[in-house]
Amino acid sequence: MLLGFTSYYFGRKKAYSIQATNTRLTALPQFYGYYLAIWCAIPAFIIYSLWAIFEPSIVKLIILSDYSNQGYLDDELNLIYEKTKSLSRGQFSGEITPYLETSAEKYLNLRSIAQNSKVVLILAIIIASIVYGYKRISSNNRTREPVEKFLNAVLFTASLAAILTTIGIVFSLIFQTIDFFKVIPLFDFIFGTHWYPAKAFVRDASEPLDPSMYSDTFGAVPIFAGTFFIALIAMCVAIPIGLMSGIYLAEYASTKVRQYAKPLIEILAGIPTVVYGFFAALTVGPFLKDIGTAMGLEVSAESALAAGGVMGIMIIPFISSLSDDVITSVPQGLRDGSYAMGATKSETIKKVIFPAALPGIVGSILLGVSRAVGETMIVVMASGLAANLTFNPLESTSTITAQIVVILIGDQAFGDPKTQAAFALGMTLFLVTLSLNIFALRVVKKYREKYE
Amino acid sequence: MKKNGVKMIKINSKNVDVFYGKKQALFNINLDIEENQVTALIGPSGCGKSTYLRCLNRMNDVIDICRVKGQIIINDFDINDKSCDVVRLREKIGMVFQKPNPFPKTIYENISYGPTIHGMAQSKNEMDEIVETSLKKAALWEEVKDRLHEPGTGLSGGQQQRLCIARAISVKPEVILMDEPCSALDPIATAQIEELIDELKKDHTIIIVTHSMAQAARVSQNTGFFHLGELIEHGSTDKIFKNPENKRTQDYITGRFG
Repeated sequence: MLLGFTSYYFGRKKAYSIQATNTRLTALPQFYGYYLAIWCAIPAFIIYSLWAIFEPSIVKLIILSDYSNQGYLDDELNLIYEKTKSLSRGQFSGEITPYLETSAEKYLNLRSIAQNSKVVLILAIIIASIVYGYKRISSNNRTREPVEKFLNAVLFTASLAAILTTIGIVFSLIFQTIDFFKVIPLFDFIFGTHWYPAKAFVRDASEPLDPSMYSDTFGAVPIFAGTFFIALIAMCVAIPIGLMSGIYLAEYASTKVRQYAKPLIEILAGIPTVVYGFFAALTVGPFLKDIGTAMGLEVSAESALAAGGVMGIMIIPFISSLSDDVITSVPQGLRDGSYAMGATKSETIKKVIFPAALPGIVGSILLGVSRAVGETMIVVMASGLAANLTFNPLESTSTITAQIVVILIGDQAFGDPKTQAAFALGMTLFLVTLSLNIFALRVVKKYREKYE
Repeated sequence: MKKNGVKMIKINSKNVDVFYGKKQALFNINLDIEENQVTALIGPSGCGKSTYLRCLNRMNDVIDICRVKGQIIINDFDINDKSCDVVRLREKIGMVFQKPNPFPKTIYENISYGPTIHGMAQSKNEMDEIVETSLKKAALWEEVKDRLHEPGTGLSGGQQQRLCIARAISVKPEVILMDEPCSALDPIATAQIEELIDELKKDHTIIIVTHSMAQAARVSQNTGFFHLGELIEHGSTDKIFKNPENKRTQDYITGRFG
């Protein structure tokens, strides 16, 4: 770090001094500074990383070369090496043989040599590269391009990291899902109407897998149905309220009202879903049950209605804020044109603004749906975990996300169909929300192009 | 200019002041607009000519902070009076904007929009007829008659502006306000619109705001010159351009400022 700053300083200073001699520089002095700093950091960093990667294995090779002629197996050699390491740290508790002791000493020796030589080497490289870079700085050397290229590379690496993570997650989903479908037929998963993963808990891990045992266990229809049912209830709440408040904010509210109301509505989006969850489970659920009982209806305390309704409230801000944005971005000219024809405000909204903003509004609704489908906490807390195949909003039902939670709470074994079922569900969910999002973004984009 | 020596006054404005918040944009405007004539409003940017134009169909209502004082009398009726029905007023006074603003609907729906909200057509045939006449009057019929059900936004700029004019005349307004209708158009489209304006003045009173002095001279019979929110001079276009009374008018017209 320090060296980096120093080299920046020197680079700039040199640039200034060149400038002082009346030569025109090809780049601003700062670029010379950055250039030198990069020269200082990059080679050293590369060497350091290589060192860190190769040092342990080289040390190991040297240590174990002492034992190489004594006919040990690979596993035993590894064990010896581990023992040596722990002995050198003074944490070894087993029997200490003289062999081990010499190895440990040798290990410590090697480590300190490595440590020292590493520092020396790195410093040497830093200085060498600074000197090299410094020499290259002359008025006719271009420093802007390398610096810009370096920045480009840094930014590229950052975005690559995000993309690679996504790809990694998708692949782990895919492989686990494939494994799952080796045991459970795809057909049973998609069309089975009985979801009872608890049955899979019974299996003793030491027994061989018996696929027939899982028939009638992983039929995902009830939870797919539950997911879409709850999402449907949520959207029934969120679309009308969200849309109307969006229209109000965009068209009717005065600047002042809008200034305060919009952030207030957006606060709803900032409430953690767990809070919504216990609001649904402890307040709305029992409340609905009481009302239901008063009306002579059988209402479960954990009902799809409570979960869906609260989820709808959670989604309102997405829809209202996004549709407010798209309505506001409808050109003022269209409004003026309509008013000038003698249309009233509501006619203008209904016939001109709403159709013009419709693609964007559809996009916001689809984004809301994908939120609803992916929402977990509210369902887990308010709608229960039993995967009933029902379309009665007063009964409890369960969703994909809630079932993943059920499956993965507590001990899990990798490679077990129960755990893999979670991956299969996750994969399904991922595909659904992904396609919804892609579709929504398409629609929004298409709309944007129209007015730009 | 004169019918039997008597000017037919369509719009009569008395002591009109306009404020945007605390800033006064128009000062005591007194202007008479003659019927079935083209009146051009000229002046440098920000002089208030568009603001005045928007007073005439109460389009300034749309702007929260805008206040209008004074009387604007059309057909013996003060449009700034509380009893004035803005919907009826805007039916009588159409407007064409600077930038063509067809609705993102089909050409047909663009024209039928006004007649529909004012309940002017009883049947589909009647509506078809209104659409056809309006497009014919706007000299657009020949170009679009085969694609009435395609989006209006797909037309060229000049065609879009004529579509907007057709939309404005579809409700048979008495007055058409035009706010720099040609500023976004090329010379050929501009010439078409100017020709159209000349044609339209038979049935409508036209008020046009323009930055182009040449355009004002070409299309108008009367001209008003605005400067810094005041109406400096108004009169027949001939007189304003050849023999202005006010020094500032002369300077502006000869291109010495603005």
